[in-house]
Amino acid sequence: MRIPFSALVGMALTGMFLFTAIFAHWLAPYPIDAVAGGVWESPSATYWLGTDTIGRDILSRLIYGAQITIFVALAASILSFSLGAFLGFLAAINSGWIDQLLSRGVDLVMAIPSLIVALVLLSVLPLNLTVLILVIGVLDSTRVFRLSRAVAVDIAVMDYVEGARLRGEGGAWVIFREILPNALSPLVAEFGLRFIFAILFISTLSFLGLGIQPPLTDWGGMVKENKDGLIYGKSAALLPAGAIAALAISVNLVADWILTRTSSLKGGRGG
Amino acid sequence: MHPVLKLVVQRIALGLLLLLAVSLVIFLGVEALPGDTAQALLGQEATPVALANMRERLGLNEPALTRYFGWLGGVLTGDLGKALTNDADIATSIRMRLGNTLFLAGSAAVIAVPLAIILGLIAARYVGRWPDKLISAVTLTTISLPEFVAAYFVIYLLTHAFPIFQPVAMVFPGMGFWAKLHAVALPVIVLVIVVLAHMMRMTRATILSVMQSAYIETAELKGLSPITVIWRHAFPNAIAPIVAVVMLNMAYLVVGVVVVEVVFSYNALGQYLVDHVTKRDLPVVQAVGLIFATVYIGLNMLADIIGILANPRLRHPK
Repeated sequence: MRIPFSALVGMALTGMFLFTAIFAHWLAPYPIDAVAGGVWESPSATYWLGTDTIGRDILSRLIYGAQITIFVALAASILSFSLGAFLGFLAAINSGWIDQLLSRGVDLVMAIPSLIVALVLLSVLPLNLTVLILVIGVLDSTRVFRLSRAVAVDIAVMDYVEGARLRGEGGAWVIFREILPNALSPLVAEFGLRFIFAILFISTLSFLGLGIQPPLTDWGGMVKENKDGLIYGKSAALLPAGAIAALAISVNLVADWILTRTSSLKGGRGG
Repeated sequence: MHPVLKLVVQRIALGLLLLLAVSLVIFLGVEALPGDTAQALLGQEATPVALANMRERLGLNEPALTRYFGWLGGVLTGDLGKALTNDADIATSIRMRLGNTLFLAGSAAVIAVPLAIILGLIAARYVGRWPDKLISAVTLTTISLPEFVAAYFVIYLLTHAFPIFQPVAMVFPGMGFWAKLHAVALPVIVLVIVVLAHMMRMTRATILSVMQSAYIETAELKGLSPITVIWRHAFPNAIAPIVAVVMLNMAYLVVGVVVVEVVFSYNALGQYLVDHVTKRDLPVVQAVGLIFATVYIGLNMLADIIGILANPRLRHPK
């Protein structure tokens, strides 16, 4: 099997980001909130990428930011995936009122842009990691639901599913042992797209000041902290912005390759 | 009734029903969450007595459904209530800002739509060759960027590396049209970049799927040039799906505008919404959220209706 160059680059970069996220505590030269140097210092041997708006080391904050960004995005996409896929399969094998209820509910949530729904919810809910993961995960599960339902409806009419049903297997067996293994390949590529969506979502929320709260930080929040520097020509805000772009593009390269390999099903980023 | 008219009426009825359901979600969904407006105003440490007094003052002790219908009646008659934080009339505040938002989104649409269609046609004409690959690579990159990331790259490039524009978009009443246009140039560029990719990719995909048809093969075998085939034969048949694509992306623009307004401190509806989410001013958030949802649903409905009207098989029933 020949892996295209772009997918290799994507995998290498994604791996590097994951490594940074996992070993952040060992890699970061300074603690996350330490005011180490002067304000807006240029890159030097002590501060490889310079210092930020109140003199914290940007490299260290980028490394810790990678941890939070990737953790929240991963948790949210795992949640959206398990929830969306489970409900999607459930709707596919129970084509009665359960399907109607779930499908119309999903239509309703998808009729409003996710960002607007999130903003309405976050104006009431407390801002913490659990709430953010839940909000992003549940909102995004609607897209997974549609895909997995569509995939599972085709599988549910297969003879081997019928066979399992006639054998007297329950709903859980049909979902996890018959449908899931056969629906896995289109869903894997979708996972990459959902992960990107979660990264963009949490970064946007943090940028708007409604995501990760200090003292923790993520890349979107770092852009927000340092954006005023751009007016004076300090480009510190571009580093976390670039990190978000690099992570999203490298995951996209891998997901794109899996997508073209496994099926012609195309998922969108959506609003 | 004419079958097309019937379909259109059905679609509009569905849209209105959806809108009603959305208003229910925006109002009652928030009710179901832990914490309420009184809690949000007074903070987590508020004493039970203070909370009870605040609830009394805000009328939160009424049943949720009563308050929902009161709110809905207000919305329908243009009375959106008062903001909790400064007692300002919400409808007036929105009216001031809605125009600014529409001006920004409209300017972006005027540039993005023709550009996306032309680029999509070029990519479809040279499918698999370098112009297609170049356009696809660039759009795949911009599609993976959140709006604010794209915005800061553009700001850095056009205000610092090549100082052409101001990094803050200020518009105020009484400003001339051209002065306004210059002021919003940067946010418009960012919005164009953000929607262009989606629109162009969908245009390309639509044209390419039309190109599979038998009549295109006939046109090619007649010896027509590829440009004539696309322009005279593929494009007219692709207009309906392309218009639908354009409408969908206008809906996407409505959301993109929220973030871009915050980036450029542009005094409009999106900025107003985000500000009041931070202040936990629920009535404002609900009102503005409903407006964004209405525009979004309306544009989606328009996309479907244009699709119905443009389908000749529905226009000429047997």
